Amino acid sequence: MNGVQMSEGTTGVVELRIPRRAEWVAVARLAVAAVANRLNFSIEEIEDVKLAVAEACTNCILQRDAADQIEIVCDTKEDGITVRVRSFAGPAPSIEPPAPIEKEQQQIGALGIFLIRSLMDNVDYEHGQGRGTDLVMTKKVTS
Amino acid sequence: MDIKVNVREAAGHAYVVELSGEIDVYTSPKVKDAITELIDQGHYNLVINLGKVRYIDSTGLGVLIGGLKRVREHGGSVNLVCTNPQIKKIFDITGLVKIFGIYDDEETAMKALV
Repeated sequence: MNGVQMSEGTTGVVELRIPRRAEWVAVARLAVAAVANRLNFSIEEIEDVKLAVAEACTNCILQRDAADQIEIVCDTKEDGITVRVRSFAGPAPSIEPPAPIEKEQQQIGALGIFLIRSLMDNVDYEHGQGRGTDLVMTKKVTS
Repeated sequence: MDIKVNVREAAGHAYVVELSGEIDVYTSPKVKDAITELIDQGHYNLVINLGKVRYIDSTGLGVLIGGLKRVREHGGSVNLVCTNPQIKKIFDITGLVKIFGIYDDEETAMKALV
């Protein structure tokens, strides 16, 4: 995990970087839940953010062309949180095209993106073959 | 973070898969293995008890859907036990409430099996 920056109050930026491996996703979701907990989110809303971030990380893991690290940046304001989850394509160009993702993994990935869109207020998602993934999502405080 | 899987035989040739912990991209293969093993042994009526599951993501849902597809090919069924409101919400959002029988307790889920 990399450095943490947080200003006083609820406004600040928290960055972390995790290995693009399944066993690290729990660390990301718990860290982001702790950040979201500083705002006036309800427990249910924090769970929504937690799941959305985990789904975004899982999506990075399922992509064959992503880098070996996942970068997670939380930008907190008093009225909500914006989380960017990205894993760019690896630096070494491959002569052979990446192996196709299995159908089952594609379905899980689609379900994950659907969940993120359902749980968060705003989602921008970019993914292209050989370009990795970049997902920015926002959740507003309602209470 | 881990998942505990407890498999036991119940009445009427049905099996209960009791899960405890968190089901995510890291732990879901363990759940998949348990369900796959039961199906491979010819057990097609399953109750999956999520009563002690604190968290589930799309990979966990994928495992449950995969299990349901396989048992249905053999005329079987999968019922779920789930009381956690956050997890119920995930089933609601994804529309899986229409595909799975979801019950508050194991006894009711067992009775509702085909």
